Amino acid sequence: MSTDAWLLLGSALWETVYMVALSGAMSFLFGIPLGVLLYSTREGNILQSPLTNQLLGAVVNAARSVPFIILMVAIIPLTRLLTGTSIGTTAAIVPLTLASIPFVARIAEGALNEVPGGLVEAAESMGATPLQIISRVLLPEALPGLIHGITLTLVTLVSYSAMAGAIGGGGLGDLGIRYGYHRFDGVIMAATVIVLIILVQLIQMAGDHLHRKFDHS
Amino acid sequence: MIELKNITKSFGEGASAVKALDDITLKVPSGAIYGVVGASGAGKSTLIRCVNLLERPSSGDVLVNGQNLVKMNDRELRQTRRDIGMIFQHFNLLSSRTVYDNIALPLELAGKSKAEIHEAIEPLLQLTGLDEKRQSYPSQLSGGQKQRVAIARALASKPAVLLCDEATSALDPKTTNAILQLLKDINKQLGITILLITHEMEVVKSICDRVAILHGGRLIEENAVEQFFIQPQTEIAREFVRSALHEKQPAELEADFHKEPREGSRPVVRISFMGHSAVEPLITQAARQFNVDISILQADMETVHGNRMGFLTAELIGDEAATQAATNYLQQHPVQVEVLGYVN
Repeated sequence: MSTDAWLLLGSALWETVYMVALSGAMSFLFGIPLGVLLYSTREGNILQSPLTNQLLGAVVNAARSVPFIILMVAIIPLTRLLTGTSIGTTAAIVPLTLASIPFVARIAEGALNEVPGGLVEAAESMGATPLQIISRVLLPEALPGLIHGITLTLVTLVSYSAMAGAIGGGGLGDLGIRYGYHRFDGVIMAATVIVLIILVQLIQMAGDHLHRKFDHS
Repeated sequence: MIELKNITKSFGEGASAVKALDDITLKVPSGAIYGVVGASGAGKSTLIRCVNLLERPSSGDVLVNGQNLVKMNDRELRQTRRDIGMIFQHFNLLSSRTVYDNIALPLELAGKSKAEIHEAIEPLLQLTGLDEKRQSYPSQLSGGQKQRVAIARALASKPAVLLCDEATSALDPKTTNAILQLLKDINKQLGITILLITHEMEVVKSICDRVAILHGGRLIEENAVEQFFIQPQTEIAREFVRSALHEKQPAELEADFHKEPREGSRPVVRISFMGHSAVEPLITQAARQFNVDISILQADMETVHGNRMGFLTAELIGDEAATQAATNYLQQHPVQVEVLGYVN
């Protein structure tokens, strides 16, 4: 591979990492609290409010049912409003974040559901406020599950970011399509795939390591 | 002190509503260990969860140290709950926290400083024998150790009352005894009032001062433990006492046992006594004096609430007047005699 090809690969990798890291961070920032709300407003839980729960659930389901490729195009006005452009790596972060928030929310909800109800009850018997139950009991106890979910989300984001690349988002997916597919450059195509495999592998390994570190059950 | 007044709890609404608790009134004196016994489904768990309002009663009042929890707002209730410790059948420890940090949880929730928490926890680690386990996680502990952690955690905020929800039901008999001993020590040393629910009469026999029987959501019997073992009032209580003392039913001992006297039938009596009453000479005296033969069907000595107690079932053989006189004679002495039924 030529030096140029290496440079291309390097900047594409950087763009992918940039998109995944930023949209990942934003989706955790919004998705985990949304997951906490989904969990705690359910009937019988600490902030039970069936109406809120159904409403949130419906919104999350609606967002999840839109295919990513369509979501990207459909929210172009929003993307333009937020980033000033609808093309490029930064612009791709908006649909990526929006697509993963409901995903993260459901994963967080699932991780919280795994926390035995007895722990919540024990905390209530100690006079804990709902907020304390969430911060001191539910989230720490759900942490191993959340780490699993975060890993899963990041891996999914890597593949979604490749799709974003197809509409001018840059990154490894974009490189693979432009050089590997359109220019029949088999070497770049193979290199892109190998870098993607390594990237996903690293994310998974880091996730597994953290999971082991925080799982004391 | 805990006082429940006319507590009713229904689940569901309208025609499908199920009454889990039906007009429960009970008083747990300060410093007592009070046991509520019942079969599964009797409403025990609902009852104990009504005391700290984990379950809100449909009607009635819950008074802990004179304060009515039912009338409190959320904030007051949380404050009061800090004064009511609770332990559970499945321990409910946080798997993400070490032993030390689990015990620290209620103090953290109350906003105590690290130094205050340290000061409160050290004696608890000693009391519960967990000193060497302070940095272990719950998954590294045995069931008995887990319940010790839960007890230490419940005591951390220095509550006046401890609620035990089937605290020993998930433990083997040996561990159960150790945990019961610990509860007894806590009760003695800290003067903490303990309300426990259990389906195990062994628990009642070994540590309770008073006992109540819950059946179908109603309190059907309530007594001091010794008195309860000597003279259970209801058939269900009798059944619990028998199982605790490994007593056989008279019908198992005598095939032709019946409740009501018949022509020429002989009474079967249960004789119970406290301490080392000289019951043997008493029985021989009764036999000699009233010319009755006393045939002992079963006999046992048991420790109830720290007292040695004797229980025996016997058949009195003689004419009606004589057996009646012998029964009266025995009853004048410090033994309890109860006629269970008759055999022909």
